[in-house]
Amino acid sequence: MRDTKFAERTRAALGPHRRHAVAFSAVIALALAGCGGATIESDTPAASASGGAAACGAFNIAVNPWVGYEADAAVVGYVAEKNLGCKVTKKDLKEEVSWQGFGTGEVDVVLENWGHPDLEKKYITGDKSAVDVGQTGNEGVIGWFVPPWMAAKYPDILDWKNLNKYADQFKTSESGGKGQLLDGDPSFVTNDEALVKNLKLNYKVVFAGSEAALITAFKQAEAKKTPLLGYFYAPQWFLSEVPLKKVALPEYKEGCDADLAKVACDYPIYKLNKVASTKFMASGSPAAELVKNFNWTNDDQNLVAKYIAEDKMTPEDAAKKWVDANPDKVKAWLPAS
Amino acid sequence: MATLATSTSRLSLPRLSRGKLLVGLLVIWLVLGVALRGKWTLSLAAADLTGLHRWFNDANGSISANRNSSPFFLYFFNEIRLVIDHLVVFIQGLIAQPAYNRPVPVIGWLGVVALVTFIASALGNLRVGALALIGFTFLGLQGLWQESMDTLALTLSAVLLALAIGIPLGIWAGVNDRFNGIVSPVLDFMQTMPTFVYLAPLALFFLIGPASATIATLIYALPPAVRYTAHGIREVPATSVEAAISLGATGRQRLTGVLLPMAKRTIVLGLNQTIMAALAMATIAALIDAPGLGKTVLKALETLDVGNSFNAGLAIVVMAICLDRITTAASRRAEVAGRGRAPKAWTVKARRPALVIGGIVTLVAIYLSRTYLWAADFPTTLGGANGTDINIGNDIAKRTSIISDWVQLNASDLTNGFKDVITSVLIDPLQTLFVESPWWLIAFVLISLAALFGDRRAVITTVICLAVLLGTGLWQDTMTTLAMTLVATAVTILLGLLIGVSMARNRRVDSVVRPILDAFQTMPAFVYLVPFVALFAASRFTAIVAAVLYAAPVSIKIVADGVAAVSPTTVEAAIASGSNTWQIITKVQLPMAREALTLAVNQGLIYVLAMVVVGGLVGAGALGYDVVSGFSRGELFGKGLAAGIAIVALGIMLNRITVAAAERQRTA
Repeated sequence: MRDTKFAERTRAALGPHRRHAVAFSAVIALALAGCGGATIESDTPAASASGGAAACGAFNIAVNPWVGYEADAAVVGYVAEKNLGCKVTKKDLKEEVSWQGFGTGEVDVVLENWGHPDLEKKYITGDKSAVDVGQTGNEGVIGWFVPPWMAAKYPDILDWKNLNKYADQFKTSESGGKGQLLDGDPSFVTNDEALVKNLKLNYKVVFAGSEAALITAFKQAEAKKTPLLGYFYAPQWFLSEVPLKKVALPEYKEGCDADLAKVACDYPIYKLNKVASTKFMASGSPAAELVKNFNWTNDDQNLVAKYIAEDKMTPEDAAKKWVDANPDKVKAWLPAS
Repeated sequence: MATLATSTSRLSLPRLSRGKLLVGLLVIWLVLGVALRGKWTLSLAAADLTGLHRWFNDANGSISANRNSSPFFLYFFNEIRLVIDHLVVFIQGLIAQPAYNRPVPVIGWLGVVALVTFIASALGNLRVGALALIGFTFLGLQGLWQESMDTLALTLSAVLLALAIGIPLGIWAGVNDRFNGIVSPVLDFMQTMPTFVYLAPLALFFLIGPASATIATLIYALPPAVRYTAHGIREVPATSVEAAISLGATGRQRLTGVLLPMAKRTIVLGLNQTIMAALAMATIAALIDAPGLGKTVLKALETLDVGNSFNAGLAIVVMAICLDRITTAASRRAEVAGRGRAPKAWTVKARRPALVIGGIVTLVAIYLSRTYLWAADFPTTLGGANGTDINIGNDIAKRTSIISDWVQLNASDLTNGFKDVITSVLIDPLQTLFVESPWWLIAFVLISLAALFGDRRAVITTVICLAVLLGTGLWQDTMTTLAMTLVATAVTILLGLLIGVSMARNRRVDSVVRPILDAFQTMPAFVYLVPFVALFAASRFTAIVAAVLYAAPVSIKIVADGVAAVSPTTVEAAIASGSNTWQIITKVQLPMAREALTLAVNQGLIYVLAMVVVGGLVGAGALGYDVVSGFSRGELFGKGLAAGIAIVALGIMLNRITVAAAERQRTA
């Protein structure tokens, strides 16, 4: 029950409203304003299905909510549409929901997977609805970062051993007298609470809760030259605007993160990979071949992501610009026929 | 004399001792809380899970494993999904998406604008018609025509379904007390359970696509449809029903002849609330690929593009205000018709020809929008491809970004300082009291409060809710959220009193403030997330500000309307007897609007709790973050679900205690 009952009482007191016969003059004016012009029939583009269309058919790309991924999806989608004549549908979904879609045929491919062991277990080794189709060529880095002004002013902050020295600077209203380590995007795996404990750091993990909040905090810290230590990752479009500096944690060695409660080492480097629906890969669609071959560098992705995030281009325009500039790379992805 | 004395002492004694007991209770809490600080606090690290959380995870996993073989899926969920998908795709084809082998929807923008204007004028009045005309044209000028129509299509589908299900259920709940008793806690549950919790499972049951988005919207939008219908039926005077019975009316005749016509106005108001609730879901449903404005908001957020997300948020506000005013005007017309009050003769005479002319114009507009491209696709320029640019969306976005950047850079020192002070003097001490005290002490205090201010039902409810909270394994997170909720609710009530009273006392203030309140209520919180984090950092304070902005408009409106409804003769009598303004407000207007004040507290609380999840997105941690991370990561699903249940339990408990306290006040 909301406020309407009382609202009605007051509004009723305002009295009845008058109605005029000249009701829709505005609409008439609008309607008469532009008779003529292109009719819809004359403007309909000729249904020119190119030869490839029949061969490729529908191609459903899940688009996970970060710009780097969108860059992948834009370029793969553009090539699939222009070169292979596929009917591309992009679906904006979070990771978990995307993987659910493999089994039901709602999603054909996830183009940038940041190592989700739980999902791999469930869908690749579990019900076998998904398959790993190789690396994208992008390397994912996760770690602790500081804004560039801090790295320049306190160079030794980039070693974790010196973090306790600076803990005071990182105090905030949320960190209970300790230094604040701003964690954030709930989509990413974090061992930070265990790391803080096991490295005996005088810090408290505070959860920003969303990527937008995390980026805003870093942007603000650089603009106002205020201290901030936070969890971040690359590739990410924001790094081309503010090149955050990574703090070195004890080096990652195979298996050092096996027991998550005792972990005391840096995050591994993630070889980002593509995951696709098993059915789709077996369908013989040329898009499946494209997905398998798709491979580019962090620089490539950052460039397209920059077109989208900073230059405010549409994903299609951004993809076109990059594809036109890199015909050789694109050619290598296309199925040999 | 003797009897009088005993009766007064019996009346006043419990009141006096209640105050003392309250003070005693707080002293015990403080002393024990400090003495036992940090013990039995039931804390759980962010990455840790309990057995219950794992069990939820397993249940989720087995559902997904069985979805292709279980007959329950094949013959039940899949059928529902097909029907809803068809409904949404049909409406989208009508107004939003290219359909039936045409490059444009069946009805283009000109047709839709004309149709909405006609409906608004016919159901409401000319003024609302003009508002609809301007509002919907504005959506096109913002460059968001197709997105807006997608949102409208989804909203309409969800609302149609909500009415189809909600009105019969509401009638049943209206005539049957037992069913009403069963259904109302279910409705509470549907309204307070955060959508994030069931979004991923919904996509599992109904697949990714319009059906899941519609059902997510439906779950949130259905309760008002049921509630208002039931309320409307219950409000029909018993004498009218008895008269019908004495005339020998059958059950069906009673329903269609008496109950429904007399409840019509309330049911239409329910429609209004249903539409508002459905629109409020536009952004969240976008997380599972619901088409429309919500997607634009979220996409812009990925690149911190405040301008474009504001532009899309503004479109949601405009659409909400148009639909709100249309349905409100329609309900007023229903009321006038229901009372059989005769409008002025000339308006009756002019009405029919006006409707006919309007209908013809609308048909012409629809025809044009089916034939000519300029009337189908909203043009971005006037007078051909090289004509004047009429898109104002880019301008809105650019200006908003400039303003927001400037504020972020220049005001943040001040705002951050303010945040630090408030946090250290108010939020931190209160939170310490809740979070660091032993759990059994808090439970004892809450149960005692329920007993002191409420009734036996309040005590039982509190005990059950506390047991549920313990069971979720998220006690400490719940206490953090509870402390923030109390601060936010207190500020909400304060604003409700201050602004609400001044609106009630001055019509001009009311007419200026009310649209602003509407805007804050319908603007998706995601839009102001970025500037707020810049101004107040990722913190609990930011979460409280967001919650207050969302909840205060409701409380303010309720207080304003409640105070305005106080009989003017009483106020005049008080003025005549020499009361000053302060006395009139505190001694006459507020006490007489007590029912409204209770509702304002109650709704303020529910709305604050509805924002707990958004708080999780801006650094509040606790239950809100648990829910958000449960949605984002499969292994935390169970924990997110448990956090959702904890929010519901918190809501039911606080709700029950405040309602019982208010009832006791009234009868005391």
